[in-house]
Amino acid sequence: MSETHSFYEISSPPGMTGIKSWLLTHDHKRLGLMYLAAIFFWFNVAMILGLLIRTELMSQGRTIMGPELYNSFFTLHGVIMIFLFVIPGIPAIFGNFFLPIQLGTDDVFFPRLNLFSWYLFMFGGLFAIISLFVGKGFPDTGWTFYVPFSIEVDTNVSLTVMAAFILGMSSLLTGLNFVTTFHRMRDKSMGLMQIPLFTWSLYATAWVQILATPVISITFVLVVMERLLSIGLFDPARGGDPILYQHLFWMYSHPAVYIMILPGMGVISEIIPVFSRKSIFGYKAIVWSSMGIAIAGSLVWAHHMYTSGMSDVSVFVFSLLTFLVAIPSAVKVFSWVATMYKGAIEMTPALLLSLMFIYLFSVGGLTGLVLGSVGTNIHVHDTYFVVAHFHFVMFGGTGFAFFAALHYWWPKMFGVMYRFRPAYVGACLTAVGFLFHYVPMFILGIQGMPRRYYDYLPQYETGNFLAGFGGYLLCAGIVIMFANLLMSFRQGVAAPADPWGATTLEWKVPSPPPVHNFVKQPDIMEFPYDFSGIGNQPGAGARTGDR
Amino acid sequence: MTAVQGVDQAFWYIIGFSLFLLTGITVVMVYFVIRYRRSIHPVSSDIRDNYGLEIVWTVIPTLIALSMFYIGWKSYVGLRTVPDDAMEVEVLAQKYSWIFVYDNDKETENELVVPLGRAVRLNVTSLDVLHSFYLPAFRIKVDAVRGMDTYAWFRADELGEYDIECTEYCGVSHSAMVATLRIVPQEEFDGWVEEP
Repeated sequence: MSETHSFYEISSPPGMTGIKSWLLTHDHKRLGLMYLAAIFFWFNVAMILGLLIRTELMSQGRTIMGPELYNSFFTLHGVIMIFLFVIPGIPAIFGNFFLPIQLGTDDVFFPRLNLFSWYLFMFGGLFAIISLFVGKGFPDTGWTFYVPFSIEVDTNVSLTVMAAFILGMSSLLTGLNFVTTFHRMRDKSMGLMQIPLFTWSLYATAWVQILATPVISITFVLVVMERLLSIGLFDPARGGDPILYQHLFWMYSHPAVYIMILPGMGVISEIIPVFSRKSIFGYKAIVWSSMGIAIAGSLVWAHHMYTSGMSDVSVFVFSLLTFLVAIPSAVKVFSWVATMYKGAIEMTPALLLSLMFIYLFSVGGLTGLVLGSVGTNIHVHDTYFVVAHFHFVMFGGTGFAFFAALHYWWPKMFGVMYRFRPAYVGACLTAVGFLFHYVPMFILGIQGMPRRYYDYLPQYETGNFLAGFGGYLLCAGIVIMFANLLMSFRQGVAAPADPWGATTLEWKVPSPPPVHNFVKQPDIMEFPYDFSGIGNQPGAGARTGDR
Repeated sequence: MTAVQGVDQAFWYIIGFSLFLLTGITVVMVYFVIRYRRSIHPVSSDIRDNYGLEIVWTVIPTLIALSMFYIGWKSYVGLRTVPDDAMEVEVLAQKYSWIFVYDNDKETENELVVPLGRAVRLNVTSLDVLHSFYLPAFRIKVDAVRGMDTYAWFRADELGEYDIECTEYCGVSHSAMVATLRIVPQEEFDGWVEEP
């Protein structure tokens, strides 16, 4: 293996060195890492904002900030987490890095467009930063930008929705790249039922990105036009319809929930079989459930609007469809658990985080049933119950899948192993903090505490105090996990090509991979999760930095 | 069964099933991890699917989900079906308070008073941005939209004071937009409503 040079040593296009070889690269792997750097930054910013919000809420009345700042902070936290972390996170980082390799090819179909997407992502982030410091500062509308409030406030709504517009463009182009790569670049001998499930999940996600993102882009343009030109589309004072805005907003933003969770499900579908050393259970059902979620998930948006004043007929239809979209997710959970039956399971940080994902995502999914059911939704809509629910799905789900993906693919991306023990400590602390943080919110919601409240009635103080306490534990756990991963560079324990005993193509190439990914034409397995060839190969325990 | 009981029944039904499923998934998952750990179970079986099992775990959750939909919808119908003898109160939302207007044009701010035993229909609208009228004790919530009338109703079946909150973010003092519902005996109400 020593004669191959990794993609860190050889640039694409060839002949570039230093910073230029990164900023002008066409290499999907370098772009994945560049996204990682940017997203890591944004995640930390939004995490700190979240912690400040929870600190403010730990006691009644003013604790550390006033209401104006608080309202901007929860908006900023939401906007950053959604548009700059959860949506791009897994596809832009791990999708860019691993989708072409899993398909047995050397890059995405449009490498320059891929670079352009990264620049759009950076510009979108830059716009968000600018909107903090010019004019009246960051909006205090919540990430939903509901009209007519978002039309009449004098904070920087226009600039911020334009940032979201640009970020949407970046997401859309990435999706386009993945769909074309999937169809046009796949190894000739790889049939549809031989594609790894992570790539399948990205494919399903990419279609949602392509079809749904234009809706939000147009809607945001209309908000700007409404603000600047008073066109009277959404503003009831000018004969517009605020409910129309909500429909348009959720027509993207609900499918976006599946943009966020599907890649996470794909990650889990990779990790569980590898550490069970056993084929994924129900491969076809998982593929079909991904596509089913992508399609059915696009038809349930108005379940965010049961109290909005729309007709009871719409309420009926959207509630019914919402219950049906729960089924494919349940099938996936059952399949993951069944995969472990009679496996040869080896515990690693990636697997532990995946098991945590299954638990936390299940809570998120099941509490979604309370919200999908109309009568119960009326009570808990826009309360802390919703806040807890979507954090269980987006953070307990996608966030933990993101952490799991980091621990699973870290050796491949950087060629170094990390220590397991601190990773376990960090993961456990994160999960315990998570439960302390969000379980009280379910109770607060059922008690009737609305979300987006700077201050609250006295009966909600205990729950808020506990939640804040959990928030600190949670962040401490995350810091330990990240620090442990970063320490792996200093320890420098080299990772072999396949440290886990995995079967998909990215583990058949050196760690880190060479610039064109494959040293020789890859052998495509008839079934991507056939572990019969792995046999009794030693597992990861023998290869960590702990020894 | 009252409307509130209907909603609570739906809560118990859905949360009960959910806890049962969650416990099942978690126990089985943890059992597998322990029972089939590599140190005692080094060679895995090659099981790729089982159509019978997959059909079962698709069909049964579908039936459970549909039953949840039904019970949720039924409880919603209870929240929407206003009794004929309901008294009506107009509710106007504005930044950052609730205005209540009675039949005889009596107006109050942040204080809704109704007589014990009556069904009360609230006709809700907004004077500015979106707000949302939320009365947790009676499980009702409806958005206040300028230029549009929405409604909710409840039966005032127990004396006491209850919190009313705004649940649609409306600006700096959103969290201060709270009001009180007082349910009082009929005689007390009759006197109160005639006060200027």
